[in-house]
Amino acid sequence: MKGGALWRTVRLGVSSLLLHKLRSALTTMGVLFGVSSVIAMLAIGEGASAEAQEQIRLLGSNNIILRSVKPREDFATSSSQTTRVVSYGLTEEDLERIEKTFPGVARVVPVREIYEEVRFSDRAMNPRVMATLPMYREVTNRVMYEGRFLTDQDMERVANVCVLSDSVASYLFPVDSPVGQEVKIGADYYTVVGVLLSRVRAPSDTAPAGKSTAEVFIPLETGRKWYGSMQVKMRAGSREMEEVELHEIVVEVANPKNVPMVAEACREMLRRNHKQPDYEDVVPLELLLRAEETKRIFNIVLGSIASISLLVGGIGIMNVMLATVTERTREIGIRRALGAKRRHIVTQFLVETVVLSVGGGLFGVALGLLVPAFVEHFAKMRTIITPTAPLLAFAISAGIGVVFGIYPAWRAANMDPVEALRHE
Amino acid sequence: MSAHGHDIPVAELIDVTRTYRMGGNEVRALDGFSHSFGRGEYWAIMGSSGSGKSTLLNLLACIDRPSSGVYKVDGVDTGTLDDDALSELRSRKLGFIFQAYNLIPQLDVLENIMTPLFYQDDPPPDGPERARKLAARVGLANRLDHRPMQLSGGQQQRVAIARALVNHPALILADEATGNLDSATALEILALFDELHAEGRTIVMVTHEPDVGERAQHVMRLKDGRIESIVRDQHTAARSEFYASAEAAS
Repeated sequence: MKGGALWRTVRLGVSSLLLHKLRSALTTMGVLFGVSSVIAMLAIGEGASAEAQEQIRLLGSNNIILRSVKPREDFATSSSQTTRVVSYGLTEEDLERIEKTFPGVARVVPVREIYEEVRFSDRAMNPRVMATLPMYREVTNRVMYEGRFLTDQDMERVANVCVLSDSVASYLFPVDSPVGQEVKIGADYYTVVGVLLSRVRAPSDTAPAGKSTAEVFIPLETGRKWYGSMQVKMRAGSREMEEVELHEIVVEVANPKNVPMVAEACREMLRRNHKQPDYEDVVPLELLLRAEETKRIFNIVLGSIASISLLVGGIGIMNVMLATVTERTREIGIRRALGAKRRHIVTQFLVETVVLSVGGGLFGVALGLLVPAFVEHFAKMRTIITPTAPLLAFAISAGIGVVFGIYPAWRAANMDPVEALRHE
Repeated sequence: MSAHGHDIPVAELIDVTRTYRMGGNEVRALDGFSHSFGRGEYWAIMGSSGSGKSTLLNLLACIDRPSSGVYKVDGVDTGTLDDDALSELRSRKLGFIFQAYNLIPQLDVLENIMTPLFYQDDPPPDGPERARKLAARVGLANRLDHRPMQLSGGQQQRVAIARALVNHPALILADEATGNLDSATALEILALFDELHAEGRTIVMVTHEPDVGERAQHVMRLKDGRIESIVRDQHTAARSEFYASAEAAS
């Protein structure tokens, strides 16, 4: 069929559909809502998973984070009723094993936490005080806000210097820059040399749940010197002694491909050397893979729901088109008598169905683009519209028109002209 | 149509039979019918209902096929044509005028007139021009953009006549063309038919109204699927008498 003829058929189809405006509008609704829900759901799903993945990626997909976890009471070794010494967690030995024997490990960063109050003049707070190595910042991809991070000289000099996270800085120093000021950690004074940006909180951040992102970093050697591995936690009615050598070990793997292997090796090593389950591991890459798997399942579920709604829309269109064909039997007879070939009749009705479904598809795309904008604005959720989603939804709607239009069109074309002309 | 000599009939039926199955019984709507409709002739087919005149018209219109026998249009045996070729033949050689006008409601007057051209494999480029001229001829030049619903019955039938002429058909078929019209309008339409006949067009008109049948050049009566009688060249005096009485009535 020539371009002009097709255009005329489309125009004729549209004007036939406009004869029954309400019916045509209602018919397109099925496709409209099917298409718009596909786009909206994909955008919301895409946004949510992108957010989760980004937060996981911030942890460093090359990293494996091992953490000390206080075991359940019955595992703990206790000495007396009121003063107990609980000894658990990762050890210097673990650190050394990982560093020396594991292939593929680039850097290993130990972290020791110190349970001390941090104060400046009359302001005090209880952040995570972490004694660690200068390379901690690089390995965990953290960004300086001002000043510098810990250096090797700080380590050599066993200097009393500290780096604050920005939440600590803004609490202790609401007005001035903290750099160069001295804060008191426990009983000692530390010079603030820099401020580090806090990480956006992720559901699986390095910090155990419930702890804030308030962090203070001091050189590992300084921590070792002033605070032994034995630390005292005061509780109402009892004193609790905890002996933890290392609170956290961040293992950086040179090649991301080796992360699962190294993670497995770490687990195996810890399983052998620890009598009690006093450690846990966080592997951002595995979380990432799991998030991707979740996203895949999510997409399959959404896809099924969307296909069902589009199928329902298509059946609606087919139903209406069958009724239309019956209603227009006489018109079909006239056209056949005037010389219309079967393919003309097929084209005519197919075009009408496609116009219906594509019309619904277009409005569906428009609505589908609007909904995520609303969700973003009112629910403060991130949404991402990938360019393929509207295109795909639109193509599917056009396909629905063809698939569900073929049978009614075929029925119309195969009517006996004599019978059709006699039809009232 | 000039490709064929004037001796070839426009429509030629040779021993045509059309049977239907009705509840197990075989009904012969047309039984061994043979006749030639010559070029430029104006025929009225008459007969009571069930006489086979509708069946004959459907066969002539190529929307039905004979159960046996041969039907030739302009010398072409329609039995050799497939559905597409038959449709093409309809759009090129035949003009159809129905009792109920049968215009297409979504199309305006101009588009309705052009409909048969749309379906030709090679539509002529001057379609709109032809349609405009024909609309002017049937007195609807100022209604080109009207929809059928906005027209009176007589006007609709005029559109239908213009539509039947737009493809320069070899044969114009009319099925009770005046059946739905009041007598004054019917006379106008019949006058148009007379004009077409005077131009040398071939017209076959099915009617059961004797008044209408009398206007044709030749009359064929059918009964039980067979030709009962044929009257060629009805008396011209009878026609002028009819004119006189019609004028008196209006």
